[in-house]
Amino acid sequence: MRNVFLFIRRHFNFLFFLVLQIIALSFLFRFNKFHEAAFLNVSTEVTGRFYERYNNIEYYFQLKKTNESLVQENLRLRQQLKENYEAPDSIRRLIHDTLKVDSSAVIKYKIMEAKVVNNSTSSQANYLTIHRGSDQGVRPNMGVTGPQGLVGSVVNVSKNFATVQSMLHYQFKVVAKLKHNNEIGTIQWDGASPLYVTMKNIPKSVNVQKGDTVVTSQLGNLWPANLMVGTVAEIVPDNSSNFYTLKVRVATNFGSIEYVYVIDNLQADEQRQLEDSTRKKIQ
Amino acid sequence: MSELLKNIIRFFLFILVQVFILFKMPPLHRFVVPYLYYLFILWLPFSLSRMSITFIGFIFGLCLDYFTHTPGLHAAACTLIAYVRPFVIGLLISQEGADKNYIAPSIVSMGWAPYATYVLVLTLLHHCYLSLLQLNIGGFVYFLGKVIASTAVSFLLVMLTELLFFRKQKFRTNTI
Repeated sequence: MRNVFLFIRRHFNFLFFLVLQIIALSFLFRFNKFHEAAFLNVSTEVTGRFYERYNNIEYYFQLKKTNESLVQENLRLRQQLKENYEAPDSIRRLIHDTLKVDSSAVIKYKIMEAKVVNNSTSSQANYLTIHRGSDQGVRPNMGVTGPQGLVGSVVNVSKNFATVQSMLHYQFKVVAKLKHNNEIGTIQWDGASPLYVTMKNIPKSVNVQKGDTVVTSQLGNLWPANLMVGTVAEIVPDNSSNFYTLKVRVATNFGSIEYVYVIDNLQADEQRQLEDSTRKKIQ
Repeated sequence: MSELLKNIIRFFLFILVQVFILFKMPPLHRFVVPYLYYLFILWLPFSLSRMSITFIGFIFGLCLDYFTHTPGLHAAACTLIAYVRPFVIGLLISQEGADKNYIAPSIVSMGWAPYATYVLVLTLLHHCYLSLLQLNIGGFVYFLGKVIASTAVSFLLVMLTELLFFRKQKFRTNTI
């Protein structure tokens, strides 16, 4: 016993170093699995305040780009107005439905706007911080989209801030489809360039062209279907497999993003519970 | 200004510079991530015990981690270089008792070549460990390229900082 204490006293520095290393590494690897670690809720609140200060200044330099992207979005929405479409002949007239909400339909997605106060694109694990938190109804596992396209999903929430795992994160995954033939594949980031992500699992029997639009699919419960993800930029030939690997140009410009929309799927819990209980029944 | 106050100011200054200037810069290349914050650990006084240096390194790294949302990543790397620091200093110090006569490691107290070696060794160690922990994507070439390129850029930054903010150090005799 005495020798044990002597050993500890002699190598105390080294043991102390080992303990700190183990603490640090457990923070790191637990965070990756569960998206939570010691004091992260508190620290998000504190670092969020810093980022907000910084963003207040930096925001002015981005005003032009922000304005442009919002105008583009308005334009896209305006083009979908009914007034823009002409009925096929003069006998059939387009009549506005004055009943705004179909009483048989149930609202599934609720959308909130949020200001981006911090954003990174240079590491392999990129996060955004947005100025909306649990007090405003943001919860983890909500989808986030921007004016131009898909952005990411909420992973952690404090009272007034939330961190969003961006699409440019090596663990991010989303089920997407090609718009023109509804072929489904998964989108991931390979860590190389913030402009491109890769899409896998599209069979070679499918006709794919450069410039095809990729949108979110109805599978998965974070995002509504048909949200813009990007366009096919390159078809990488891979002779060893029966599937294409597509390089997809991301629609969102992560360098200059200022506003995002947080999407609350009101039926997500119901769907998840049903799926879980089914899984239990099978076992 | 007392040494303690100086170091407390440095603590915050280095984290803010790293987070709001170096991390905000548009990336030069995917290999290059400029780091400067760990210079705080290299500038800590000689007189601190090995245990307290290790602990300060851990806390310092963790503070940066909360900004980058990677708890433990920089803390692990900082703990490592803070622990190794006294060994490297012991190997490189040329004058007899320089660690008693001067307050902190610098060009004046250690000399040009030993100080540059000291910075280079710890920079390399820091980047090796950091890239190893981040090795989720990319193969060995990516790892090697990232370590070498980041070390070169960071070393340049440290040396520029040394020249711009030259730290005068008084010679203290240990005879009272």
